[in-house]
Amino acid sequence: MNKIFEVPLYAYERSPDQDTATPVRHKVIVIGAGPIGLATAIDLAQQGVEVVVLDDNDKVSFGSRAICFSQRTLDIADRLGAGRQMLDKGVLWNVGKVYFDKREVYEFNLQPDEGYANPAFINLQQYYFEKAFVDRVRELQAEGASIEIRGRNKVEAIGTHDDHVKLEVETPEGPYNIEADWLIACDGANSPTRRMLGLDFEGRVFEDNFLIADVVMEADFPSERWFWFDPPFNRGQSALLHKQPDNVWRIDLQLGWDIDKEREQQPENVIPRLKAMLGDDVKFELEWVSIYTFQCRRMERFRYGRVLFAGDSAHQVSPFGARGANSGLQDADNLCWKLKMVIDGKSPELLLDSYNRERVQAADENIRMSTRSTDFITPKSDMSRLLRDAVLDLSEQYEFARPLVNSGRLSTPCTYVGSSLSSADALNGPDITQPGSACPDAPLGNDFLLPKLAGKFTLLTIDADAPEQIEEDGVEATRLALSVKDDPTLELKRRYLGNATSAVYLIRPDQHVAARRDSFEDNAFRQAIRRAIGKE
Amino acid sequence: MADLILTPNIENADDFYAGLLAAHDGLEKADSDALNARLVLVLANHIGDSNVLAQALDAAVLKDT
Repeated sequence: MNKIFEVPLYAYERSPDQDTATPVRHKVIVIGAGPIGLATAIDLAQQGVEVVVLDDNDKVSFGSRAICFSQRTLDIADRLGAGRQMLDKGVLWNVGKVYFDKREVYEFNLQPDEGYANPAFINLQQYYFEKAFVDRVRELQAEGASIEIRGRNKVEAIGTHDDHVKLEVETPEGPYNIEADWLIACDGANSPTRRMLGLDFEGRVFEDNFLIADVVMEADFPSERWFWFDPPFNRGQSALLHKQPDNVWRIDLQLGWDIDKEREQQPENVIPRLKAMLGDDVKFELEWVSIYTFQCRRMERFRYGRVLFAGDSAHQVSPFGARGANSGLQDADNLCWKLKMVIDGKSPELLLDSYNRERVQAADENIRMSTRSTDFITPKSDMSRLLRDAVLDLSEQYEFARPLVNSGRLSTPCTYVGSSLSSADALNGPDITQPGSACPDAPLGNDFLLPKLAGKFTLLTIDADAPEQIEEDGVEATRLALSVKDDPTLELKRRYLGNATSAVYLIRPDQHVAARRDSFEDNAFRQAIRRAIGKE
Repeated sequence: MADLILTPNIENADDFYAGLLAAHDGLEKADSDALNARLVLVLANHIGDSNVLAQALDAAVLKDT
């Protein structure tokens, strides 16, 4: 037994903060060392913001949990210096099979999209994902960055004030007090922070339970994604089989909302179901079983003064479409540069309200998409079931019906349409790069576009003139001068110009488009910068 | 924006209607319902245009007269 999730990766160590007469004040405290908390801390530390992560545990996630990580997540992880490790370990799959009742209705082969550094998604156990971030934290520490993870530090009480928060933290050696200018709660769906502040979710759209199992199988089992609608071994529900690294397969069996959780996870009940899925002659070993309960819901707001919520603590969705951890990473991506601007006094605190607006918009989009998947997978009425079955029956014979089959729509970044940080679109360009969009990657010879846009305001010019740098209100935007000739595959042109012959883009530090025009115009871009930092 | 056609447009309308009935001939209620559901989806795909489809959904809800 030497699984990565059984070894303490950030064991408890006594902090000097526990021996001071008055509580030590930190710049930022992050609660929770899951994927979102670690990403948030790394993002801040990379920008020179002092940050402490508190976690009540000392290990990475137990079991695979979140397993499907999207292209946008990998792009963000690249910016955070951990993407390569995730990509190298992750599994790519192309063949998917869809089953309905007792039969396979169709098989598809996802050809990888060309012209992106990262694939559309990888399958990777959450513990490997977290491990890559923990390794990155250690690397930053070695470089002298002010970032710290305190294992077995459980926050017991939170006091909120106008300009700081006070925390009471329990440790194996007793409690201590600590303060922070800013608190970011990344403490998951059951967020103790939310509870301690007396906040709750609004709306309960949907609730369901899943039996999730990690199964180790003989190596020749195919690397494919299998999805079942209404299979004989799980009547009226769905089932999913997914390949993970190390010959571990992930199985998700939907159970419905009214179940006996203890009974369902007993091996004598789990194993027969798995045999029915995989076939009697397949040898497998059960590595991990859990019941996962979810609800589709979000907090009314993600910011309460000096406390910010990110990831599952702020919003929850069904697992269909991998919109949990992936959207949480986008929360961190959206929040950290804004917090840095506010901490540096370059933006008013109001900029953080745009974090709330943009990520609430994203959460609503994710809830809507995952609710649609749920409606397809678990029809709520006779007519809904009739139409669903009609789609599945048609999909066996006709290609047209296959796009209607909804077993989850994979997480894509939210376009912040109408964001107060965006300037009106002034380019007759493609929709995918309209203001508010996350920049799509594009090939540049042997290189790619996104790494050149990381972590700062960029003035991207394509066959257009502009100054090498403009500074407005203490914020610099640095030019990245490109030409359509830099990309012989013409993806740069297709994604950023469309029918236009030239373009200038103002791109935020989180790689979202703030403004675009066909040429550089000094006043317009200065105004766009002010708007993007919350000053217009 | 294309408009939904709500004036007579079916070639050999009586033949189509007879064909529709014939397709349901001898089917149990559940199978008939399923056939109709598949037919709606086949026709919707042929139309494709989201504006026309939205108008069709709207038109199918009879107005109070």
